[in-house]
Amino acid sequence: MNGRVGALLAALLAAMLIVAIALAPAGLGETGIRADFAARNLAPQSGHLFGTDQMGRDMLARSLHGLALSLEIGLIAAGLSVAIAILMATLSGLGRGTDRIAGFVTDAMLAMPHLMLLILISFALGGGTAAVVIAVAISHWPRLARILRAELLQVAAAPYIETSRALGRSRVFIIRHHILPHLLPQALVGFLLMFPHAILHEAGLTFLGFGLEPSRPAIGVMLTEAMRHISAGRWWLALFPGAMLLALVLAFETLGSALRRLITPREAQC
Amino acid sequence: MPVLARLLLRQILLLVVVALAVFLLMKASPVDPVDAYLGPAIAHASPEQKAQIAAAWGLDRPAKEQFLAWAGHVLTGDLGFSTTYNAPVAQVMADRIGASLALTGLAWLLSGIMGFGLGLVAAAVQGSWLDRGIRIYCYVLASTPTFWLAMLMLMLFSVRLGWTPVCCAGPVGVPQDEVDFLARLHHLVLPLAALTLFGVAQIALHTRVKLIEVLQSDYVLLARAQGAGRVDIVLRHGIRNAALPALTALMAASGEIFGGSILAEQVFAWPGLGRATVEAGMKGDVPLLLAIAMLSAVIVSSANMIADRLSRRIDPRMGVA
Repeated sequence: MNGRVGALLAALLAAMLIVAIALAPAGLGETGIRADFAARNLAPQSGHLFGTDQMGRDMLARSLHGLALSLEIGLIAAGLSVAIAILMATLSGLGRGTDRIAGFVTDAMLAMPHLMLLILISFALGGGTAAVVIAVAISHWPRLARILRAELLQVAAAPYIETSRALGRSRVFIIRHHILPHLLPQALVGFLLMFPHAILHEAGLTFLGFGLEPSRPAIGVMLTEAMRHISAGRWWLALFPGAMLLALVLAFETLGSALRRLITPREAQC
Repeated sequence: MPVLARLLLRQILLLVVVALAVFLLMKASPVDPVDAYLGPAIAHASPEQKAQIAAAWGLDRPAKEQFLAWAGHVLTGDLGFSTTYNAPVAQVMADRIGASLALTGLAWLLSGIMGFGLGLVAAAVQGSWLDRGIRIYCYVLASTPTFWLAMLMLMLFSVRLGWTPVCCAGPVGVPQDEVDFLARLHHLVLPLAALTLFGVAQIALHTRVKLIEVLQSDYVLLARAQGAGRVDIVLRHGIRNAALPALTALMAASGEIFGGSILAEQVFAWPGLGRATVEAGMKGDVPLLLAIAMLSAVIVSSANMIADRLSRRIDPRMGVA
């Protein structure tokens, strides 16, 4: 089995896991959301594999709901963020002046720790789901923008760009028809690799109390609740939701780096 | 030196832009600082009283005037008054920066040293089971939510085994300055371990890739042909060539570690700046939030600049792109 086949297999496995998580809430319905006071604070056992919380909700079902929510938020936020990154990279490609401006904005965004920026943006927007999505989208693009800019400069130096310019094509035409298509694979991989950061930061922000509303079944909310019961020794409240989140993040990380290995075999060897 | 001057100018410009952006974010917030300050006491305050408080804080003036006033005060060293802690912001920060520095600074240093070491070992035995183990460890750790790891450690070592204290930077009820060094260390161990474990992964992976590059170079081939052993090559050629890239990576990682410390301080109830950030954000304490945000921006942007400079120094080709 060579590296490409291995990467393809890893990507398929990760993709299957992600689809399963996305579809899980439909199969679960209300399980894990509605309280069941006859089954409070149960340790893991058959019937409740991950145990139950102080309101008798099954932690397995609840974690699955949380993961689906993370997936949804991560998808929208990372998508928006990639769009911003592409826009900024394009700006860099338009000319020296716009490149300076884009570079300065990128540096300014990187000047603050992610989490601090997330807290500030979420505070400015008053918290809630929309605030989290916007905060994550605004804060995560700079790294990808830098990668795309480097790629763009490389593509822009190719002879066919010069030919196209000599034929009288405008800059916008060249960027749209000759450069952007080359950036798409990198943008896709960037999207997949941004995803883990996005959902980890969403969970962290929610854990601190600046993120999703406490009424939603988010992983961050579950862990905040688990924090309150930590000295009561109910370890399952914290262990399982976090482990599930870790599994989702690893799945995306695997998918992203497998795809990167497939599109740039030389760079991704070590 | 003109290069240095230009860099400093850019840095100052960057901070001004960041300050303006952060200030505007604070102004845009629907959280009313007066309401947040009053808390439950809001039921007893009349609209006139609230307007009075707002006027006393200068909240009735236009945003531009407020920003200029705030910037002027900051430049003269007056950071404002924290409503959460009922003390000057400078005082609040001075009380907490020691604890934060001990935790975040040490975690940063330790994750640099340990990450570098692990990366060296992994690269030296590339392809072996040890290398694979270190790599899997790093990948898994890089995907782990920091605060969740901290919670698990708290559950295992503090609640179950009782080896370490459950919270805070000293025994409950004892004033900070009466806590002796050993007790401090005892309280520091767990948060420090959590934060360090989180920071190690990136540095180790980065060091590993760099060292593998070095080991594939021609001068290493020559050294091997001359009969140098693997340990010898790693010590003489490896460390020297991999150290600066690792240092660059460590500089660039400072933002992540700073962010991680906010979460770790929250879990362990560590009385540092991270916890103050969360408190300030929850209670709408704008002056404190602004001050901490600016401090983090100064630290992280300086670290970024140093990282950028270092990598240009090492690799002149970076300057061309």
